[in-house]
Amino acid sequence: MRRGLWMIFRWPVALAVLSTFGLLSALLGDGVFDVLSWISLGVPLLLIVIVWMRMPRRPKEPTPK
Amino acid sequence: MTAKALRTWYLVHKWTSLISTVFLLMLCLTGLPLIFHEEIEHTFEPHPELKPLTEQSPKIDYDDVVARALATRPGEVVRFVYWEQDDPLGGVITAPTLVPPPEDGHVQPFDARTGEFFEALPPPGGFMYIMLKLHTDLFMGLPGYLFLGFMGLLLVASLVSGVVVYTPFMRKLDFATVRSQRSSRLKWLDLHNVLGIVTLAWVLVVGVTGVINTLALPILMLWQGGQLAEMTAPYKDAPPLEQLGSLHKAIDTARKAAPDMEVSFVGFPGTQFSSKHHYAVFMRGNTPLTERLLKPALVDAETGELTDMREMPLYVKTLLLSQPLHFGDYGGMPLKIVWALLDIVSIVILASGLYLWLGRRRTPIEKRLAELDSGGLSTEIKA
Repeated sequence: MRRGLWMIFRWPVALAVLSTFGLLSALLGDGVFDVLSWISLGVPLLLIVIVWMRMPRRPKEPTPK
Repeated sequence: MTAKALRTWYLVHKWTSLISTVFLLMLCLTGLPLIFHEEIEHTFEPHPELKPLTEQSPKIDYDDVVARALATRPGEVVRFVYWEQDDPLGGVITAPTLVPPPEDGHVQPFDARTGEFFEALPPPGGFMYIMLKLHTDLFMGLPGYLFLGFMGLLLVASLVSGVVVYTPFMRKLDFATVRSQRSSRLKWLDLHNVLGIVTLAWVLVVGVTGVINTLALPILMLWQGGQLAEMTAPYKDAPPLEQLGSLHKAIDTARKAAPDMEVSFVGFPGTQFSSKHHYAVFMRGNTPLTERLLKPALVDAETGELTDMREMPLYVKTLLLSQPLHFGDYGGMPLKIVWALLDIVSIVILASGLYLWLGRRRTPIEKRLAELDSGGLSTEIKA
């Protein structure tokens, strides 16, 4: 299946919007705005951890007998 | 996208990255400790202990602070007095001349409530100083700033072209696919793509604000020749100051003129931040946004009267807001940790890009483009 631009970029665009919100929120307010900033900038990091965790490792070499 | 366009974008991504990678890696590595510079300095440098206030505690007299600071530094002049943001601490910066070479200064910290002096700061040096110099100007001054600024522009071009070549690559793949079991190259190609695309906005903002920060000196010069010159125009032909008036009175005047703001620093007459006849009192606001946006109140250094107070022009405000967005120091410790983790991810992106190029540098461009267009699968044919 060949994906269109929307299919390719819907998640990247959502993440970019979220990151931008996070970058600005701590600048525009204190307290809860700081917390919102940590969370929204933390989402891409969390995603990286998930990608890393679910990445299948190479199948083990058969151990020589 | 035509094959020719893809080829062009691929070459833009390759060359902008190749030229800047070594410097960007250096910037990421030196930037990592700099994110935590406050915490590191508080741990390793003497930090003033604030005594609790009592009935007998004196109230600060800034003229006395300046006189005592000068008494300990014979032959020097005061250039600036500054106030810290979170603690009632300030510092007097003296130097042999009003406009000395950078770094040729001395800082005398004081308690901003009582005027009590603390142990003077050691002259700049040590690990953090080296990190800062490598990160900002490579020990070269303005040419160093502008060179690193240019590397930042290459980064922006590399990000844009990276997104363009990401498109054909992902035509047949789901978002965040990492094919880790086929070959090391394919795994790192996928990782390079997913790490790059999910951190894109942050890297772009830190890159662009970094470029703006490299323009600090030209922006300061523009402001001196523009708004500052306008504000001090009535004093252009005034005779030189015979005696410096009261700093304390100047600070009071500025506070009265902007009662909802705090003093950030005072530029003494004759420094780059003032005229020859003014104390330039830079005020900051109280919200996370306005505490970055300084507002200069010019006070006649002889009479202590306010002569002008204005908002900074847009190009200075842009610089002032670029600082927190580059440093990540505006949302407490968790934001600094997020900054550090994203910085480490950037190092992985840079290193994997370099690895991918090293593995293919003797391959004809047609094959590399085929790899992009097939979502990395043509790699397999060779592997």
